[in-house]
Amino acid sequence: MRVKLLYFAWVRERIGKPEEDIEVPAGIATVGELIDWLASRGEEYAHAFANPKVIRAAIDRTHVKPQTPIGGASEIAFFPPMTGG
Amino acid sequence: MTATSTVRLQREPFDAAAEAATLTRGRTDVGAVVTFTGICRGAEAGEPIAAVRLEHYPGMAEAEIERHVAEAAGRWPLLGVTVIHRYGRIVPGEDIVMVVTTSSHREAAFAAAEFLMDYLKTRAPFWKQVEKADGTIWVEAKATDDAAAERWAASGRERAAAE
Repeated sequence: MRVKLLYFAWVRERIGKPEEDIEVPAGIATVGELIDWLASRGEEYAHAFANPKVIRAAIDRTHVKPQTPIGGASEIAFFPPMTGG
Repeated sequence: MTATSTVRLQREPFDAAAEAATLTRGRTDVGAVVTFTGICRGAEAGEPIAAVRLEHYPGMAEAEIERHVAEAAGRWPLLGVTVIHRYGRIVPGEDIVMVVTTSSHREAAFAAAEFLMDYLKTRAPFWKQVEKADGTIWVEAKATDDAAAERWAASGRERAAAE
């Protein structure tokens, strides 16, 4: 499955890029599993996802939880807790 | 009741008084208008700051705010809602965000404005950085903001249980 990943705020800074297209390996079914797999891709990813509890995610521009399945997603975003307003 | 709603994200400053007037001018059904404006402070955690920088997720930020405006319009008898959120670099004293709500009576206008601001803080994809003398740092989310948003979910559940 091919998907576009977007990164914001310090997640973007730590990974060093705002977005990328990736091929999700077979067997990765949920947002939480995707985070664990991304964290294993290198030092910058390990740093960005060092504390998965503070990472928020959205699939196709809607907030999702770690247990949400990623099947059918075209855009998955990862970011820290929001601080707007 | 269908509330007139406007959601805008922009780099430029806005005119809060003009936005409020747009929702009330020429109407006789509006009995209450509540305007909240969030302003950039000159200090963060006791330290002076030069500016805040707001990053957002284009597309999702609009969609998320529109979802909450629709929810507010479903919960309270609103006549109009306008939400404007700026992004980019904002210096102390400048406006960051505004919410205007109108209704026939004040209760709905007050409650909806507060509800929208609480959700903007915790659910709208915006992230603040502050520029300080020794560098630029990301603002950490506050537990008090999460608690403020959570109480609306709790009151929704209580209401659902009572119905």
